Amino acid sequence: MTPALLEIADLRVTYRSASGEVPALRGIDLTIEAGQKVGIAGESGCGKSTLALSLLRLLPRGARATGRICFEGEDILTMGWGRLRAVRWSEASIVFQGAMHSLNPVRQVGSQVLEPILLHEEVEQAEARARVSRLFEDVGLAASTAHAYPHQLSGGQRQRVMIAMALACSPRLVVADEPTSALDVMVQAQILRLVDRLVTGQGIGLVLISHDLSVLTSTCDRVAVMYAGRIVEEGPAAEVFAAPRHPYTAALVAAYPRIGDETARGKPGGLAGDPPDPQRLPAGCSFRPLCPVAVAECERLDPPLWPAGAGRQAACIHLRPSDVR
Amino acid sequence: MSAAQLAELRHTFALDKPVVVQFGDYLLRLAHGDLGVSFQYRTPVLRLILEHLGATVYLVGTATLLAAALGLWLGARTAWRRGGAADRANTAIALTLWSVPTFWLGLILIVVFAVGVGPIPGLFPTGGISAPGVTGIFPVVADRLAHLVLPCLTLVAVLYAQYLLIMRSSLLDEMGEDYLTTARAKGLRDTEVLRRHAVPNALLPTVTLVFLQLGTVVSGAVLVEAVFSWPGLGSLFYQALTVPDLPLLQGLFLFFSASVIVMNLLAELLCPLLDPRVRTG
Ligand SMILES: Nc1ncnc2c1ncn2[C@@H]1O[C@H](COP(=O)(O)OP(=O)(O)OP(=O)(O)O)[C@@H](O)[C@H]1O
Ligand SMILES: [Mg+2]
Repeated sequence: MTPALLEIADLRVTYRSASGEVPALRGIDLTIEAGQKVGIAGESGCGKSTLALSLLRLLPRGARATGRICFEGEDILTMGWGRLRAVRWSEASIVFQGAMHSLNPVRQVGSQVLEPILLHEEVEQAEARARVSRLFEDVGLAASTAHAYPHQLSGGQRQRVMIAMALACSPRLVVADEPTSALDVMVQAQILRLVDRLVTGQGIGLVLISHDLSVLTSTCDRVAVMYAGRIVEEGPAAEVFAAPRHPYTAALVAAYPRIGDETARGKPGGLAGDPPDPQRLPAGCSFRPLCPVAVAECERLDPPLWPAGAGRQAACIHLRPSDVR
Repeated sequence: MSAAQLAELRHTFALDKPVVVQFGDYLLRLAHGDLGVSFQYRTPVLRLILEHLGATVYLVGTATLLAAALGLWLGARTAWRRGGAADRANTAIALTLWSVPTFWLGLILIVVFAVGVGPIPGLFPTGGISAPGVTGIFPVVADRLAHLVLPCLTLVAVLYAQYLLIMRSSLLDEMGEDYLTTARAKGLRDTEVLRRHAVPNALLPTVTLVFLQLGTVVSGAVLVEAVFSWPGLGSLFYQALTVPDLPLLQGLFLFFSASVIVMNLLAELLCPLLDPRVRTG
């Protein structure tokens, strides 16, 4: 049996900060098969970017990661630096949150796309340049854009450059961390269609992090919903948001505005309360203080992911299998 | 000196006119590029300045280049490994040397390396720019360099801290930037991330500040030149002060101010070459 493209097991990440330890990820389990598109949803601060960064061991120095992140059978967290550098970008690449600052401001964008090609592959300059031109065309940019500096491009154009860059070395996995936040709605849709088309066309695995549930539903095969550093629900994209099993997913769906839904007008749904502070999580289930269906036992039990229908899992006490107590 | 001679001297230098008239005359002649005549040397001030300019540029230019290279390199290294033992040691040494009085450091170096202390023989000349009676290309070059070592070392020691601190802080500003995470994600080595991405960005504020500061270096070399009897503008200034040779002093002040302004202008012109964001499309 060939190993999965990406297999994350019990991933825990703790930041050290002035105010003490911040447990940003508290045991993530997630498997992605080759060519699969997996969406990650969850409110601000739940650890989505931390997850994306840890996939290529890019966390800042003060962070500690434990667990396993197996990329095609090799553990990213324990591999040697040389191997890690070889895996970075040529096997897995990242489109970062905030394209505004992800490009070097004093270098032409073309040379920034060229850089990983020359770094990872034995190709002639001319051939690599031709590839950059093709990549620019693929993402809908004129080849002449390669000579522009980031500040001369619009936000959407910059994000297209980032996507061209992410695909430069034909990776097996692309991680896109909110690739469209800070763009207007029309451009958002274009960019997402572009990512979807390129990734699907080349059979690349995709981890798409987004606040936009409809985007996740339309783009991804599966979605995972995160809350306070854990995955609380996971399953086929279309089903999870249509029929949530975890009360947090339900709240997330309720908070998401639906256009044309007259009944939802003027009364935004969502949670009565702030996002949880990772340094002061309650005992038991971390969602309990905000949960409408909490029971007394939630104070003691922090539920793991339990089966919740065909190909679905959720971490809620109400889904506890009868043989567990 | 008799009273008649004194009166005649006063008349030659137009010191018998009212101060306001003297100043008006000075400005008028200045507009024609005439800085007046030195009391002490009885030669035009402009000629004196031009004669001594070469020696100063030679010393200060060499010292600035070395100090900038050393400071920028150390600054980049310390910022990259910030908080480490090397960072703290480097910053502490640089700051200490920076705060040491120039003339004192120069004198210590003369005592140790020119006069010689205990087992250390006098390695370098105590002062001046060259020894008399040296001929042949190689001996002349060697003699020039030997004279340059100590004053240059003094200046470098005092100057490089500023470059180090400027580079260090500009690089620390860049450190948290997202494009560096992109660079790391691409699989670049740490040193390549530093050299290809962080430093070119940190260089922008650094170069501007280096140039702004360059204008003051010329006048800052006064003490070093005085200590090492270096025949440059600094020594000229020092001599003029002891007389006091007012026209010469005034000319030198004017020259020092002009050099600051010119360097500012250069910094302004250089910026667009380094930073595409400043270039107008
Ligand atoms: N460098 C850091 N040092 C300390 N704490 C951090 C650091 N980076 C992130 N955190 C904390 O870790 C938690 C997760 O942050 P993360 O950036 O992964 O959230 P996110 O889900 O990506 O949020 P958003 O949707 O706003 O991008 C937050 O509570 C944050 O405060
Ligand atoms: Mg984020």
